[in-house]
Amino acid sequence: MPHPGSLLGIEALTDQAIASILSSARQLELAGAHPALAGRRIALLFYEPSTRTRVSFEMAAKALGATTYLVLAAASSIEKGESLLDTALTLCAMGAEAIVIRHPSSGAPHFLSRYVDVPIINAGDGMHEHPSQALLDAFTILEIRQRIAGLKIAVIGDIYHSRVARSDIHLLSRLGAEIVLCGPPELAPDVAVTLRPGLRLTRNADEAVRDADIIMLLRVQKERFGGLPLFVERYIAEFQMTPQRLAKARPDALVMHPGPMVRGMELTDAVADGARSLVLRQVRNGVAVRMAILRRAFGDVN
Amino acid sequence: MSVLIRNARVIDPASSFDAEADLLIREGVIEQAAAPGQIAGADDILEAKGLVATPGFIDLHVHLREPGQSHKETIATGTMAAAAGGFTSLCCMPNTDPVNDLPAITRWMLQPERGAVVNVFPIAAATVGSAGEKLTDFAALRREGAVAVTDDGRPILHDGIMRSAMLQAAALGMPVIQHAEDTALTRGGSMHQGARAFRMGLRGMPAEAEWSVVRRDIQLARETGAHLHVAHISTAEAVEAVREARRHGIQVSCEVTPHHFALADDDIREYDANFKMNPPLRSPADREAMIVGLLDGTIDAIATDHAPHALHEKRQEFDRAPFGITGSETALGLALSILYEGRGLPLDKVIALLTARPAQILRGSEAGRRGTLAPGAPADIVIFDPSAKWRYEAANSKSKSQNTPFDGWEMRGRVMATMVGGEFVFRGE
Repeated sequence: MPHPGSLLGIEALTDQAIASILSSARQLELAGAHPALAGRRIALLFYEPSTRTRVSFEMAAKALGATTYLVLAAASSIEKGESLLDTALTLCAMGAEAIVIRHPSSGAPHFLSRYVDVPIINAGDGMHEHPSQALLDAFTILEIRQRIAGLKIAVIGDIYHSRVARSDIHLLSRLGAEIVLCGPPELAPDVAVTLRPGLRLTRNADEAVRDADIIMLLRVQKERFGGLPLFVERYIAEFQMTPQRLAKARPDALVMHPGPMVRGMELTDAVADGARSLVLRQVRNGVAVRMAILRRAFGDVN
Repeated sequence: MSVLIRNARVIDPASSFDAEADLLIREGVIEQAAAPGQIAGADDILEAKGLVATPGFIDLHVHLREPGQSHKETIATGTMAAAAGGFTSLCCMPNTDPVNDLPAITRWMLQPERGAVVNVFPIAAATVGSAGEKLTDFAALRREGAVAVTDDGRPILHDGIMRSAMLQAAALGMPVIQHAEDTALTRGGSMHQGARAFRMGLRGMPAEAEWSVVRRDIQLARETGAHLHVAHISTAEAVEAVREARRHGIQVSCEVTPHHFALADDDIREYDANFKMNPPLRSPADREAMIVGLLDGTIDAIATDHAPHALHEKRQEFDRAPFGITGSETALGLALSILYEGRGLPLDKVIALLTARPAQILRGSEAGRRGTLAPGAPADIVIFDPSAKWRYEAANSKSKSQNTPFDGWEMRGRVMATMVGGEFVFRGE
């Protein structure tokens, strides 16, 4: 059994846990730094490059007074062939009380959680889930719109390779949003609608954004393509978010992107830097949400 | 030396025999089956009232891992696990290290020093190093004991090479066995492509990768007159292709593993690599098609694809762990639980899938003489209790490895004794 403080994915998270993390994040945002985890040791185990998630978890841990230990695959015994499990057990033996893990293999945190008795926080596993990102996305939407139920959310882009997409779809659909998926068949396969009841899929981006409250863009993950051909010009023509396309959404529609953005691909500069872009707000909110996740990991739910 | 098995229900599908009888074995050979009480005595008597005695099972598909990977399994441990599962003959795959592509390697596998406790029938590589480029010397390999050719996990995808392999094999009366997988479609995949793979964020291996190759191979078998044997069939479309080919008189046979009729992709436990094998667990509809194919006779044999891996190899991230699960000790229990008890396939038909029908596939070789209790046949016999319920404990496996999804499963039908050439090689409690 995974440690009860673990956060492996949104799919297995209870409604109560979701509500509790979101409300705790709200309180922490208002309260700011809070030494709830003073003296606690958190290992950050990163097998993949990351900027915002890693720094965000680090800042969250430090804001709570915890000490963090960063282990990067490229600069550790992992390069010598040490297994994931041995690496995690080694960190625990040295006193790590929680492990935040980013890994290219889907399910790596779930696998670890069967053998390691400290909380495992999934900071992104392969193409599977990125629960802290989904929680900060929900937090950001709630902050501005005060509700998620009934909102129309268009998720556009590379859904197939995206752990953010899977987590966001699970979470926002659970919270009552009406979700439309959109992308070319290679990146938004028909099977994507089986993730949750009530999902719709369209190949037409104009149709996806029509009347949308939120437009969530996803990075085209070329590094995960594995030989899949992508017709960049076609993608840009059909799916790129431009001011013209954005005009078809509701006048108060907001644009989100989990980052890193590829300007000129998923969206134009005008959209990325426009007044409706929540991109930096998402990043800012990430710290409070991750503080809430870390406090929950240590059983501190107040 | 003689042994008398008394009062067993003797089922020999090869001779359509199914009755309570006494079975006399002398000097390693079946002497006769007679009505209970008619045979006077023997050196050794085994009372088998309430038990079933059948020919020892023939497994067309196992990985014994020797030479080269003895940390996973050895010929000795693999054959002991087989004996515990009622198997008396194993066909072992050539993906050893080095690959079994030379007569000397085939010969080495069969040397008494390997410590095999059941019959081993090597299947040799069809191409040198299973690299898919140059055919091996089928005739020389056959002389040393190879019963078929295959490149198993490195399927022969080049039309011209497959055609040449079939022509050479047909001339020698050997089947060509194909693990049907278009690897261009499965690259990076670790489970069946479908809703479940999408949900788990794992790259999928589409059903098409199997059936497209099966269809091509059937076409080549038609053109060459060769015997094509489809290894571990797993998709509904491939079973239908075999069914259709048979209707046209094409020489094609196929096997299915117990896990492909017992499990589907939605049964995969959370990223547990003991549920990872190739071909992968397919959709529930595919699993049902396997059962239908077994019930209507399209599928010829149950073969385990016993593929042992060490704990540290399987205890990894799902997409990094190797493909394959063990299967020798769970095959009978799963076949009886699911096919006999669950779906009403008569016992003699279940047994035929493990005996007479795989023997028929190997009819051009020494292995083809097995799988029967006819007088004069080698005394390879399994005695099992068809109604016993028991729980499989992987920790008690005779195999070196325990990579099974069936640990803790309740099974029906337990092996009580296994005999090879008149000698007991396994006795249950």
